[in-house]
Amino acid sequence: MDTKLPNPVRPAFEKADREDAVIVNIGPSHPATHGTVQVIAELDGEKVVRADVHCGYLHRGFEKECESHTWHNLIPYVDRLNYCSPLINDFAYCEAVEKLLEIEITPRCRYLRTLLAEYSRVADHLTCVAASLMEMGAMTAFLYLVTIRDFIYEHTAALTGARVTHSYGRIGGLARDLPEGWLGRLEEILDQYEVFVGRIHGLMDRNRIFIDRTRDVAVLSSAEAIHWGYTGPILRSTGLPRDLRKDVPYLAYGELDFEVPVGIKGDNYDRYYVRMREMDESVYMIRQLMDMLAPGPINVDDHRCVLPEKHLVYSEIESLINHFKLIMDGPKVPAGEVYSAHEAANGELGFYIVSTGEGTPYKVHVRSPSFVHMGGLHRLFEGYQLADVIPTFGSVNMIGGECDR
Amino acid sequence: MSPSEVLDRVQERLAPLVSESSFSHAMLVLVLPPDRLLDLVQVLKVEFQFDLFLDVTAVDWPGQQPRFEVVYHFYSTQHRVRLRVKTRVPEEDPGVASLVSLYGSAAYMERECHDMYGIAFRGNPDLRPILLYEGFVGHPLRKDYPKDREQPLVPYRT
Repeated sequence: MDTKLPNPVRPAFEKADREDAVIVNIGPSHPATHGTVQVIAELDGEKVVRADVHCGYLHRGFEKECESHTWHNLIPYVDRLNYCSPLINDFAYCEAVEKLLEIEITPRCRYLRTLLAEYSRVADHLTCVAASLMEMGAMTAFLYLVTIRDFIYEHTAALTGARVTHSYGRIGGLARDLPEGWLGRLEEILDQYEVFVGRIHGLMDRNRIFIDRTRDVAVLSSAEAIHWGYTGPILRSTGLPRDLRKDVPYLAYGELDFEVPVGIKGDNYDRYYVRMREMDESVYMIRQLMDMLAPGPINVDDHRCVLPEKHLVYSEIESLINHFKLIMDGPKVPAGEVYSAHEAANGELGFYIVSTGEGTPYKVHVRSPSFVHMGGLHRLFEGYQLADVIPTFGSVNMIGGECDR
Repeated sequence: MSPSEVLDRVQERLAPLVSESSFSHAMLVLVLPPDRLLDLVQVLKVEFQFDLFLDVTAVDWPGQQPRFEVVYHFYSTQHRVRLRVKTRVPEEDPGVASLVSLYGSAAYMERECHDMYGIAFRGNPDLRPILLYEGFVGHPLRKDYPKDREQPLVPYRT
């Protein structure tokens, strides 16, 4: 085989500015990082002078593929955007389509979606904190956090049938209601969560090594964060309490009591701490939602998008045809365009969808927080040590699935 | 000021610049010719605090003139409200002014839109491929790009 392969990337700079500086390539597949991102850095000794960040190694034509599948068939695809919190993607996408259909979901569905979105946020933040701590050598902390995350995965598998890619949202509702005993197990896991996360606070918060590696590293001001399009925990770590759940309440967030934790100066330590505090708030919200859940239907009664019940499909011709048309042609979504955004674990996750009235979308565009964050990442690298690239990248929680689409 | 008051003022102030303004699913949509884009966004950012550049993408309408619709979304962290700006560019000259002078985040998102639709953002100094790779031919999200066309960078093993 030909050993000379073309370079997929043209670096922004190929020569160092100074004679004693060197250019180093990190990634896309590097043992010290997670996620396929490539950083081309100019180093002065150990200090990063310039950085050029490239993503796209996981690009799989998500948006193109969406244009040739029915609205329902996209749900498993949107799951695979942020695979740490797939339910948030599901619900954000379904809500966008529901806005075009002008559907209002049932109260039980609204509470359940909110509960599961917060549950997913906990799993996502656990993953982020665990991975970035492990990359700094804190193996125990990693194992504690991943233990809880695995409880959550097993528990959501009991509800949805899959550990990671749940495909649980439906346009106009949800795939199925809670199984027997699910909320009881949820309470047990939340109690376990408190024990394990308490240990992480004990291990990390005042840990000299951890503080030295994260305090005053990759500092970001609020103005700069907004300029570079940062949203979510990274923006809040700079001290700005901007959270879509509070600012433009959707689902059931308007009825919940919660705080928006913020950092002091937007460094790696603040990003760690904001995520830890946000998980506590999510658990607090989940407990409120467990009390608010009332029995009732989970799907709206709307034949345009919700599948008829199976026993009706087998017993009456109207339901059979309804089922057939929904599966083969897809739900006919009224023509129009809508942008709908949710506060995902990483920031503003927006779906811009365009319909021409067909059973398949004309266009689906994802405003993915990770991709936008990659655009400003060089600002967090420049001026700091080469070794800081690893914890900084971990604290940003770039998810290749949603970044590269 | 409540979000609806802000949007009313935006509509009033920008009426001379835009060719159409309307509400679509509770979001203000401003439509304007591409040459006025930079002036309008400048006003939005400076006078109405639309400080967060959320997103830019395009919609391809083959057969229509002009063919491409470039769609922007902005958010004001102060007023907590979003709005959409749309402009049309023709296939022969799919160019529009870049917003990098106003928002740093525009740089990456314009690169993606350039990759996918071939929209030329004038003034963006760095339109290298970002999700695609060097040497990729065509713009995959255009409707006339076949979904199953393959351009492997590394030859397939047989």
